[in-house]
Amino acid sequence: MTDATTTSSQSTSPFGSVIQWLLRNHIWVFLALTIVVFSLASPYFLTVKNMSNILTQGAFIGILAIGMTMVMIDGEIDLSVGAILALACALSIGLQPVIGSWPAVFVGLLSGAALGFVNGTLVALSGMHSFIVTLGALIGIRGLVFVYTGENALMVEDFAYTEIAEVYLGPLSLTAMLFIALALFFQWILSSTRHGRETYAVGDNIEAAHDAGINVKRHKIINFTLCGTLAAVCGILLSMRLGTAEPNAGKVWELWTIIAVVLGGTRLQGGYGSMWMTIGGVFTLAVLRNGLRLLNTPNYVELMVMGAVLILALVLDKALNHRGDH
Amino acid sequence: MQDALKGLLRRHGLIVAFMVFLAGVALNTDAFLSAGNILDVLRQVSITGMMAVGVTFVVLTGRLDLSVGSMLTLLTVIVVDQHNQSGPLMAMIITLAAGCALGAINGVLVGYIGLNSLIVTLAMLSFLQGLVLFYSGGSNVNITNAQDTWFAVFGRASLFGIPVPVVMFLAAAAVAAFVLKFTTFGRQIYGVGGNETASVFSGIDSRRAVFWTYVISGLTTGLAAIIMGSRVMGAQNTIGQGYELTVLAGIILGGTSLLGGSGSIGRTVLGIAMLGFIQNGLLLLGFPYYVQWLVTWAVIIIAVWIDLGAKRGRIFA
Repeated sequence: MTDATTTSSQSTSPFGSVIQWLLRNHIWVFLALTIVVFSLASPYFLTVKNMSNILTQGAFIGILAIGMTMVMIDGEIDLSVGAILALACALSIGLQPVIGSWPAVFVGLLSGAALGFVNGTLVALSGMHSFIVTLGALIGIRGLVFVYTGENALMVEDFAYTEIAEVYLGPLSLTAMLFIALALFFQWILSSTRHGRETYAVGDNIEAAHDAGINVKRHKIINFTLCGTLAAVCGILLSMRLGTAEPNAGKVWELWTIIAVVLGGTRLQGGYGSMWMTIGGVFTLAVLRNGLRLLNTPNYVELMVMGAVLILALVLDKALNHRGDH
Repeated sequence: MQDALKGLLRRHGLIVAFMVFLAGVALNTDAFLSAGNILDVLRQVSITGMMAVGVTFVVLTGRLDLSVGSMLTLLTVIVVDQHNQSGPLMAMIITLAAGCALGAINGVLVGYIGLNSLIVTLAMLSFLQGLVLFYSGGSNVNITNAQDTWFAVFGRASLFGIPVPVVMFLAAAAVAAFVLKFTTFGRQIYGVGGNETASVFSGIDSRRAVFWTYVISGLTTGLAAIIMGSRVMGAQNTIGQGYELTVLAGIILGGTSLLGGSGSIGRTVLGIAMLGFIQNGLLLLGFPYYVQWLVTWAVIIIAVWIDLGAKRGRIFA
């Protein structure tokens, strides 16, 4: 199927292929529109400083969204990313006095990978729906965070730690650079590696994928592990940026992440989606939040606009593609 | 004898495990199985239980409702605010009507337009949270004449020694169980959840059935909001945050399948009660509060896995 789309887009003119790409990634059209609207509405919006802000703010949800996209193309879902993020954040700060900064960061990363592995293994071995497995994990891991932190916010002792994420390349913060690099890397994995092709195959038709010789169980475990690791990366970046680890850090971020990925156009049923779409969804969300705040709208407008935009995106998707889903 | 035991474990493994847990805690604490404590636990779970009764209808059709937590917040704010403005009776009517209306919006989007229920109700979660802040202006609301309103009955009074919220929860569960078991509508819901295409070919209007399940979910959330408002005599802007997950956890724990078509109100009541007794038991045993969340994780995974394994006939997929 992938081959068919590439040949058809090659056969048309460059202009036509751009149109085709935009139709498939309509979120970018919407992103451009929102940027134009907010630029006209606020003089502070289209400035280098603000764009740099949006990139950094979006990057946190963005890094979660990369892992979520992998899992979602597989036809699964991971509700536990917010809790994994909080645990990695707490471990990377809490362990610093004991074992030093970098080993603590490493342990934080490891915790994310391990919990992702546990999620994936449970999904693969038990045949339970990932919604149930990761809903359980969301509750349990958050409990773990509260037990570990003793229900307090942990403070970083060595403030050099908070400087690590303050590296800027022009307007790009380290966090934003990391997000973009990771997104490009995972887009490469999706489009140019065996693992990527298998991801689409498993999400599209799991039995056909199994019959074609793909080790579906191992494949899903790998993607859940990746998703958990990326959540930990996000948690560690957050710990560097804030210098504290709250037990409630990242609460309901899993929902924002799902919103960003779905807004981008990746389908919950699996088999369809890309990192390009997710990047578009992530930045659309970030631009909307930032723009509405610059316009001095009250907090509730943001929440209501998000809800409305998400439903609108679903309705449009259904109307444009005539593909019903439940 | 051994076969009978095996059969019992396979069919009612969850109940047996639950009994073992109850007995274990009861042996180590004095207060656990006292009537007072049991009623306390039931009173604590009556709000999530009330919501879970409605959400079970939605889950039985193979859909989800993540919006009930935000909806509970909004409806509690409404019932408290309206109590001050137009009296208890009007406040309750408005709250229940608002709950049905919000459920109907979900129902139209999921049932009639056919959008993905997870995303629609996720969007509603965000939208309703915004609506809460808009309605309340960001400040907490309180019932002004808290001492002398009969509205206190729903959260604080007892009927023949049983707390009124427990009576309401169990009555709602009984009505819901009756509707699911003995009415055409109930059988339609199982039909839609079991095999939607087949149910449509059998002449069932699946869109209409799905629509009404969301209205029911909104209605029970309205009833839960009345209990909540009456018990707290006020409402914060985040009072229902996260309830959607507890409700789903209880339903799943009971063994109702998220794929739809299989499950019952009885199972939901059992699941919700289990969550409550686990929390209560662990606290009585002296564990820190958040340990119950870790245990809930383990219990959900083990319970659902065993349930699935028993249906499949082997443990691993």
